[in-house]
Formats: sequence, structure tokens, C-alpha cells
Amino acid sequence: MAAVTTEGPLDVAAVQADFPILGRTVHGKRLVYLDSAASSQKPRAVLDAMDRYYETTNANVHRGVYEIAEQATAEMEGARAKVADFIGAPSPTEVVFTKNFTEAFNLLARSWGGANLGPGDAVVLSHMEHHSNIVPWQILAAEKGFELRWLPVDAEGQLELGDLDRLLDGAKLLAVTAMSNVLGTLTPVRHLADAAHAAGALLAVDACQYVPHVPTDVGELGADFLAFSGHKMCGPTGIGALWGRAELLEAMPPFLGGGEMIRDVRLDGFTPNELPWKFEAGTPPIAETIGLGAAVDYLEALGMDAVREHEVSLTAYALRTLHERFGDRLTVHGPAEPAARGGVLSMALADLHPHDVAQVLDQEAVCVRAGHHCAKPLMRVLGVGATARASLYVYNDERDVDALADALDSALAFFAL
Amino acid sequence: MLQDKGEPVPGLEDLYREIILDHYRNPRNRGELESPPAHRVEGFNPLCGDEIVVYLRLDDDGRVDDIKIGGQGCSISQSSASMMSAAVKGKTLDEVQDLTRAFKAMMSIHEQEIGGEGDEADGDDGEAEAAASGDVRLGDLEALRGVVKFPVRIKCATLSWNTLAQGIEEATA
Ligand SMILES: Cc1ncc(COP(=O)(O)O)c(C=O)c1O
Repeated sequence: MAAVTTEGPLDVAAVQADFPILGRTVHGKRLVYLDSAASSQKPRAVLDAMDRYYETTNANVHRGVYEIAEQATAEMEGARAKVADFIGAPSPTEVVFTKNFTEAFNLLARSWGGANLGPGDAVVLSHMEHHSNIVPWQILAAEKGFELRWLPVDAEGQLELGDLDRLLDGAKLLAVTAMSNVLGTLTPVRHLADAAHAAGALLAVDACQYVPHVPTDVGELGADFLAFSGHKMCGPTGIGALWGRAELLEAMPPFLGGGEMIRDVRLDGFTPNELPWKFEAGTPPIAETIGLGAAVDYLEALGMDAVREHEVSLTAYALRTLHERFGDRLTVHGPAEPAARGGVLSMALADLHPHDVAQVLDQEAVCVRAGHHCAKPLMRVLGVGATARASLYVYNDERDVDALADALDSALAFFAL
Repeated sequence: MLQDKGEPVPGLEDLYREIILDHYRNPRNRGELESPPAHRVEGFNPLCGDEIVVYLRLDDDGRVDDIKIGGQGCSISQSSASMMSAAVKGKTLDEVQDLTRAFKAMMSIHEQEIGGEGDEADGDDGEAEAAASGDVRLGDLEALRGVVKFPVRIKCATLSWNTLAQGIEEATA
């Protein structure tokens, strides 16, 4: 058994104490939460920020002239500034709040895609995209008649870039993930940005698994659009963001219509509001936005460099431990080098089906995800129907990895393999 | 603070009865049939990626002359498919329908119980169900009763049955 270390980049014991849910038991056992790639747990500070809003400043935003409405508006816009700063956006007006990543990319497809894509155009995606960076484009392509092209994935789980320039020739957009939610692969975003721009295309980045885990600077990445969900980065569900370069967002038509997104409405038409409110129709999820702001504060206090360093070293420990204990009976899909990946471990254990593995793990209070992880095209590339995925975050430690390995042992024993 | 539900944990043995594991390790009627004359139908569990292919050949009297199972999935979906194939082979379509109804009743009655109160999981309500569904003997399939204590797995157990029902519908249309 590894001792809990306090000497790493993070004081993990202190971090764990910040997350109330980690104090509970399941089936009488300590909760071992290894499904943060699906949704992270929330620290006390985020829960408190949301409660405090409801208890002290609850009012609709951008409307009232009274004190608490002003405060609610200030808190919400303060959260926008925090998010902008967190991802290196030049201005908070470039940060559009959405329900989650999925809504952000549907906004992008509908608004930017609707205005810019037609017959003869092409959008390039990769084989390792989440369904939410595939289906919106498929829906639009069926309507507008543009072409979808695919960047393949090699045996190591890396994007195959040999044909990149040819695929980009005549394309208007390259939309790729910065980190695979199945393989953990970190993609060469800057390289992709430069290649896209050289071909006259834009780059849209799925940063769902990136922003929560890696220091992010949209300028350094060279992205034109970038989106993520709050619930995977210690924030609440129901809030996410689309960042886009101001001149691109300015030129885009509104997405949803209604209150908040207009400057004027007449019987013969409307004038849209300015950025970012042009894209935020209706009363927003105010408490959730404030919660996301608190999540950003929390991660900033830990330091994103420390977060990344912690995850690289824990991932290295996990890969080593799983290999030592299971040898050839366990495969972890994706890059072997911890520095080239995130802490997402998609496992195949002997001939066991991931569902059965996850079921035995649940008995040990070890939470992993079994399934296709909303990436069916990638599952076909891997030649599997599903994987059992363990994913690591700030509150995980070597004890959790050991608990995972022990539970995997139980699975082998139970099925007598 | 919310802790455990305080209920006894349904043990893995409730889910993975020995007979289930036997069908999983040694699946019956695995393979393909030439189609046509056999009818081929695919089923998917979109949640977990399980896929099943049922090959169904009916004779002139409307009996299941032969059945083969292909595809991939977890022990529950695979063993359920294996047991199903053994149970319906040689049966008339009416008998298959009764069996299907009885099996799905075993799954769904519990589904409702789970949604509501008191999951009386002591296993002696089998007779009542058999009566309700016209004295159909589920035989080995009874072993899948424990699945209902694990609600997310019910879809695994019913996948092959839904696929078979769709196959029969298409084959007799
Ligand atoms: C890489 C990636 N993209 C997109 C999504 C979709 O995120 P959401 O469901 O929050 O919209 C997820 C998470 O499920 C993801 O991991």
C-alpha cells in the first residue's frame, strides 16, 4: 500500500477534505471516485458560493435597478471575468455562457456553421471526437450539404497527421478535441491551429477534458473557438462556456431568440444585443454561473501547474501499478507516456466485459464508467464495444489507484479468470 | 450527511448466478445462419454499446426451426441471449410469445417495485408471476431474476428478447 503523500505538487489530503462527498461511504466502504471525466465532484467553496447567492443576492440579472439585483449581476459578470482570465481570453465579452459543452458546440454549428457552410465546403473532425463534436455537424451537413472529413487515429491513440494538409484543403473549419475523453491523448492543438490557418480554415477546440486539467491559454493554443463544461472542473452542472475571437462572434447571427439577447425589438424585427449577451437568451443559470466562478477560484488557488503535475505523476503511478499487477491481462488504451496524456485510463481486463468489471468495482465502492463514452466512432477504431474507464482528478491519490487495482483483482477472482 | 441507503447490499451472487456464468462462458447456439432463408436482426443497447445479432429460421408450421446468436456484450446480455436461444428453439411462435411475456414480466414487475417502495427480493414471488403470465415455465431463465436488483442491468437482460421480438415481427410480416 502506498502512503498518502503530502509532498507532491498538491496537498491531496487537504484537497480531499474540501470535497464533502468524499466523506461518505458506499456499501460500507470508502467512496473511491474515479469518474471525474464524466463529472467531477464539487468542493465546499463552490456549494457555498451557490448557497450564498440564493441566501443573500438572489434576483434576476441585468434588469433590476435595486441593490441585490445589481449585486447578482456583478457576481455573474465577475464569474465571466474569472473564466475569461482562466483560459487566457483577451476579454470577458468573448466568453459566452451556455448550458454545457454540447450546447456551446450546437451554438457554434447553428450560428457560425449556419452562416458560413454550404455545398462545396468541408468541416474536418477526428475519429476520437465525442458525439457532441460530431452530431451537430452531421445534422447541419444534412441540411446544408457540406462535406465532413475525418482525421484518423493511429494504434497509439494519436491523431494521424500525415494527410492533414490534404484534408484541410478547401475546408472552412477543423474541430478537434484537445484531450480525448477515452484515450487521454493530448492532441497537438497549436500545430493543428497553424495548419488550419495556413489552409484558410478556423480551429474549434473541444476543451472539455483540457480546461479542468491543464493550464489553458486560448492565444497560445491558437484556437478560434474553444468550449468546455463547468461540471467537469469542480463547478456545477448546467453551466459551460464557448469562447470565440471577438470578430468572429461579432459576425455570427444569434442562436436562441428571446429576452436578454436583444437591444431592441420592433414589430418588423429586432436588433441583437452586444457580445456576449447576444448569445445568451433568457434568464441564465445565475447560481451555476457563480458556482463556476468559485470553481475557477478553487482551481486557481491550487494552481493549474500543480494540478497538471499531480495528474501526470498519479497517471504514471497508475500505469505502472496496473502493469505490475496485471501484466498482459490488462490493457490501457491510449498513449503509454504519462506526459503525453491526461489521467483517463480506458481499460480492457482479460476477456471481461467492461460492464461486468464496473459492477464488481461498484461492490468495492470504486466508481468507474463502463460504456462507449459517447465516442462510438473511436470504439470502432479500437475494435471494442466498450471500455471500463477510470479517470483521475485533484482529489485522487495513490490509495485510490491501489483500491482500483485491488477491485480489478476481485473482478478477475470473481469471474475465475 | 447522506450515507449508505442502509439496505443490505445486493451481492454479486444475486446477479451472477452460476448458471448465468456457465451460459456466458459456454454460450449455446452461438454462430450464424444463412440469411435468407433465416431472418437476421440486430439489436443495440445504446447506453453501453452491447450489440446482438439474432438469426431466426422458422419452419412452415411457424416453429423456431433454428436460432443462432452473434454479437458482443456483457455476461448478462450474452447469457440471457444464450438461455433465450435454448428456450425458444423448437417452440411455436405462440409459445415463444408466452415465454417472452413471462420473461419481460419478471423484469418489469421488479422495475416498478424499484421505482416504488419495498423491493421484496426474497425470490418467492415467482409463482405469482408464473400464474399471471399463464403458467409459463421459465426454467434456467429464472436465474436472471436477480438482475432486477441492479436496475441499470435490466436493459442488458432484455436486449436479446426485444431483438427476437423484432425479428419475429419482421419475419412474419
Ligand atoms: C471530450 C468531451 N467532449 C464533450 C463532452 C460533452 O460534455 P457535456 O455533456 O457536458 O456537454 C464531454 C463529456 O461528456 C467530453 O468528455
